[in-house]
Amino acid sequence: MSWSWLGLGPFFLFGAMFLGLPLAFLAFGSVADNTTGAPTVDNYAALSTPLVVNAFRNSIEISLVTAIAGGILGFALAAAVILGGLPPILRNALMTFSGVASNFAGIPLALAFTYTLSTTGLVTILLKNLGLDIYGGDFTIFSKLGLELVYLYFQFPLMVLIIAPAIDGLKPEWREAAENMGATGRQYWRRVALPILTPTLLGSMILLFGNSFGAYATAYQLTAGGIPLVPLAIGNQISGDVLHNVGLGYAMAMGMVVVMAISITAYTWLQRRSERWLR
Amino acid sequence: MSRSRPAIDARTPGALESIETSAVDVEPAPRRRRGSLWAWIVFLLGTAYFIVPLIATLGVSLLAKPAFAAYSTSFADARFLGSLTYSFVIGLITVALSIALVVPTAYWVRLRAPHLRPVVEFITLLPFVIPPVVLVFGLIKAYSRPPLPFTNSDLGSSALLVFAYVTLSLPYMYRSVDAGLRAIDIRTLTEAAQSLGSGWLTIIVRIILPNLRVALLSGAFLSLAIVIGEFAIASYLARPAFGPYLALLGGNRAYEPAAVTLVSFGLTWLAMIAISLLGRGRGARSRIQIAGAR
Repeated sequence: MSWSWLGLGPFFLFGAMFLGLPLAFLAFGSVADNTTGAPTVDNYAALSTPLVVNAFRNSIEISLVTAIAGGILGFALAAAVILGGLPPILRNALMTFSGVASNFAGIPLALAFTYTLSTTGLVTILLKNLGLDIYGGDFTIFSKLGLELVYLYFQFPLMVLIIAPAIDGLKPEWREAAENMGATGRQYWRRVALPILTPTLLGSMILLFGNSFGAYATAYQLTAGGIPLVPLAIGNQISGDVLHNVGLGYAMAMGMVVVMAISITAYTWLQRRSERWLR
Repeated sequence: MSRSRPAIDARTPGALESIETSAVDVEPAPRRRRGSLWAWIVFLLGTAYFIVPLIATLGVSLLAKPAFAAYSTSFADARFLGSLTYSFVIGLITVALSIALVVPTAYWVRLRAPHLRPVVEFITLLPFVIPPVVLVFGLIKAYSRPPLPFTNSDLGSSALLVFAYVTLSLPYMYRSVDAGLRAIDIRTLTEAAQSLGSGWLTIIVRIILPNLRVALLSGAFLSLAIVIGEFAIASYLARPAFGPYLALLGGNRAYEPAAVTLVSFGLTWLAMIAISLLGRGRGARSRIQIAGAR
């Protein structure tokens, strides 16, 4: 047994104090009875209350929709600049812009969309003057659909950033080989390119799912709690015991960690699989 | 059957070339033109999605009378400059601490403890698994009571904020530094330094750190971009940071938040431009600029 791990002491201590300990507090709280502190699974059973179920359902729905839509859009955009024969400078511009947009989330993003698509938003007014009243139906920017539109602003740039290396990895020889055997462009995509890209595409979308599942500030600013979401519910629980059940708050936080852990694990596994072809 | 197999002839070098050139010359030109059209459409749509909200925000910020009043009022507000400075200072401390923590760790893992790499990488990925709002929940539960009552004082809360931000920075800081270390021969450098009588501290500060300039600066800019706009943790620790200030402003004023939003966008933009300039010529993969949503 070597003592080489001692050099990592400060790092392990930091990890234990500011990642391990907070997580341990939540984990122990989630399996402890509120009054007696005895071990219990009641808090997890209480996750089935309609309030919590509703929050999880909304969060999962919004994350799924924006992961799939953002994944497709981001893939199309990355494919367009890499394979579509556009000037290379556009590619660099898109990459930098994607870096900005995928990190430009939270309060400012929510505000920007309010100025764009709320009832007094500039685009809403512009469209109205052109004869299209987007507020004629059920739509508002503060609804679920509105929140999804806002989340897409950071979702598809993230997709562009993570899928671009994979599209770069598609070797021109594969396309030439397929064409030499008489494949059309569509057949090449269906039989060669997409199967190779599938693990990466799937993994990236799972990462997008986690990305929007954990997002807090954007929804906080945009909806002011109008749409029950898991991160918002946890935030409310920090401010005061709004669930009237301390343990349930812990269980909810742990539920969120589990969802995130599953998505990161799936992403890592799929990413590793895809490296077989794309290096 | 045998006639349909000229492929055997094609194995002679000359034949192969002729097949390749014919495939290149005749085929792609028309397809690329068609591809170009949809590529342009997708690109323009995507660009519109990026830019329209920014133009609308700019438009709203200019609605204030007299012209640019939204900007002059915001910049004159002491809380604007105060919160921005606070977040910037917190960001700088975060970067310094993160470098001090990550560089020796990544160095040690590469040089002496490669068997612990999976453990270290697992820990650096944890911040992806624990969303900020859950992290701050746990931190408040753990550090609002003895023996470490961080949240009972301003200084303690700010320290806790820095520690939380250091954990947020771990995933990309570690990966950035690890990629940087891969590019230099740390074993030889270390042995050379040791044979000249350097201690560990000298090696890290005078040999390793200067060689990691690009990796560290990329990580630093990304950390700054995130820390300056962060909301959830700062708000629950009741810190006078830029994120909570903007949220408060957004609920109270008409035009000023638009101006401040654009400032915030500009700061993110500057950080990303800096990263892409730093990463130039080193391949797109060495640029790590993904931190995720908030």
